Amino acid sequence: MFGILRIAYKLLVNDKGKFAALLMGLTFSVFLMIQMTSMFAGMMKKASATVMNTGSKVWVMDRAVTNVSSSIPMPDYLLDAVRSIEGVKFAVPLYSGAGLVRLADGTYQPVTVLGLDDTSLFGRPALIEGHIADIYAENGFVVVKDEEYSKLESPKIGTTFELNDNRGVIVGIAKVPASGLFGIPTLYTTFNRAIQYIPSMRFTISFILVEPQSPEAVPGIQKAVSKLGYDTVTEQGFIDRITNWYVMHTGMGTNLLLMTAISFIVGLSISGQTFYTFVLENMEKFGALKAIGAKGYELVAMIFFQAALTGLAGYGLGIGLCAGLIALAKLRVPDYASIVTFGNLGLALGMVLVISAFSGYIAVRKVLRIDPYDVFRG
Amino acid sequence: MNPVAIRADGITKWFGQGEAKTCAVRDVTFEARFKEMLYIVGPSGSGKTTLLSMISGILRPDSGKVHVEDVDIWGLKENALATFRLNKVGFVFQDFHLFPHLTTVENVAIPLLLKRQDWNKSIKEAAKYLDVVGLSARAQLSPTRLSGGEQQRVAIARALASGPDLMIFDEPTASLDGDTGKRIVEFVKSEVLTEHRCIIVVTHDDRIYSFADRILHMEDGRMRDGKGSADA
Repeated sequence: MFGILRIAYKLLVNDKGKFAALLMGLTFSVFLMIQMTSMFAGMMKKASATVMNTGSKVWVMDRAVTNVSSSIPMPDYLLDAVRSIEGVKFAVPLYSGAGLVRLADGTYQPVTVLGLDDTSLFGRPALIEGHIADIYAENGFVVVKDEEYSKLESPKIGTTFELNDNRGVIVGIAKVPASGLFGIPTLYTTFNRAIQYIPSMRFTISFILVEPQSPEAVPGIQKAVSKLGYDTVTEQGFIDRITNWYVMHTGMGTNLLLMTAISFIVGLSISGQTFYTFVLENMEKFGALKAIGAKGYELVAMIFFQAALTGLAGYGLGIGLCAGLIALAKLRVPDYASIVTFGNLGLALGMVLVISAFSGYIAVRKVLRIDPYDVFRG
Repeated sequence: MNPVAIRADGITKWFGQGEAKTCAVRDVTFEARFKEMLYIVGPSGSGKTTLLSMISGILRPDSGKVHVEDVDIWGLKENALATFRLNKVGFVFQDFHLFPHLTTVENVAIPLLLKRQDWNKSIKEAAKYLDVVGLSARAQLSPTRLSGGEQQRVAIARALASGPDLMIFDEPTASLDGDTGKRIVEFVKSEVLTEHRCIIVVTHDDRIYSFADRILHMEDGRMRDGKGSADA
């Protein structure tokens, strides 16, 4: 069978014009599919940045919360109530809010302020400069050095600034796995300082971060918190909730999904049609092969091999093109929200295999119907 | 007398339906023997190609039987019939049907590869057949770069590669000029026709009739004398 497949390979790649057209169609299609889904994955990663950066396994929040940036403050008693639930190792408050930093030139820059539990500093970022204990110093803030860092005029340790008319001092510079979706810098401080600096209602806790005693304790905690009228989700559950909100309640997910579907249809039609034409042009040759003694399943194997080979080559080229363009874009726009994930690659591979199978199928139907007698009749 | 290679008994083939139904081959009976070069001649539409297709295992007759070396070929199942064609029949098509995107030697190797031979071994063996037809120097060229006569010889080498007992030539001179056609048929007669091979040629080119051992005339789907005459 290997020899026959090698013949199929040569028939395909030596027909340079058709092969190039097939590859271009598939590469373009894969590029679009990966690009669209990568943009979506990138944006969703950024939208869930606080969840990932904090690293808490379980989050307690108001039932109406759909994403980190739309937190609904909860009363202080809830923290004690959660701490009292069986299976909770510890629970700490987290403040998440927005403030305005006045820069040296007098302009204002919106920032995200995260207030960590004063006692434990649970959820703190890894520092690349400074000491975390300095966050307790007067007006101490830690700035995240990500793509948005320069928007605060790249502050150094000791740099002072105004946050909502209060003095702030940078005491540490941190790094985080993901930066936020909205392109604004992030400052960390203690919970109590955060609620002092940022105007808030009488309830101040945005989220309660819970460390369960074991993963098995989570359902019990969820049930107990639910009785208190609040919601408990795991880290992944919160990420899924955010993703779901963007997909279902904003146009972003639908548009990207549509573009992905269109890319799939473009790839399907271009490669399907080109491959069909390729087979039609070789129909007499397939007839001759049949007359010589090729069996039906051998012709089927040849055609599906050609379709799969083209599909996988186009898949590889499409990924390469997409990765190259993302890398190029990130050189110019550092917070360009696009990441190629295994999920994207798997989805695109699945779609390419569907395209190849469809192209192969319509070609096979034609080839199996050819009567070698037609080769004789001419 | 050499043993019988092919025996066709009362084979008939109809095409179309209703009023358009026509009989392409009607109750044809004949035999062909090993080391025999048998011509089937007749005007266009007389049923030559249909007859050729039925005796080579390509087109199923509506009635009658075809035995090749005592095997009732139309009693074979589809895959067995394909294997029969691969092992027993060598086809030289009128338009050659060579693959332009393969080299000459790769074209010749196709039947060997279909027999599941290793690629390198097949190419080596195919090169020998190209040598037989005098084209070893052209082995790495595309068939499109060969003349009509050379392409015909490549097609012959490809047909020979499967080691067939029966070789079928469909209008072998139709795509060639007179001299080239004659040279090709002369070559086939002297080099290809062996003790254990029967060659059947369908043609209406009377310039090559002289090479035939026997000629069967067809007209309106029948053998002209009703059974299969010999008048070389």
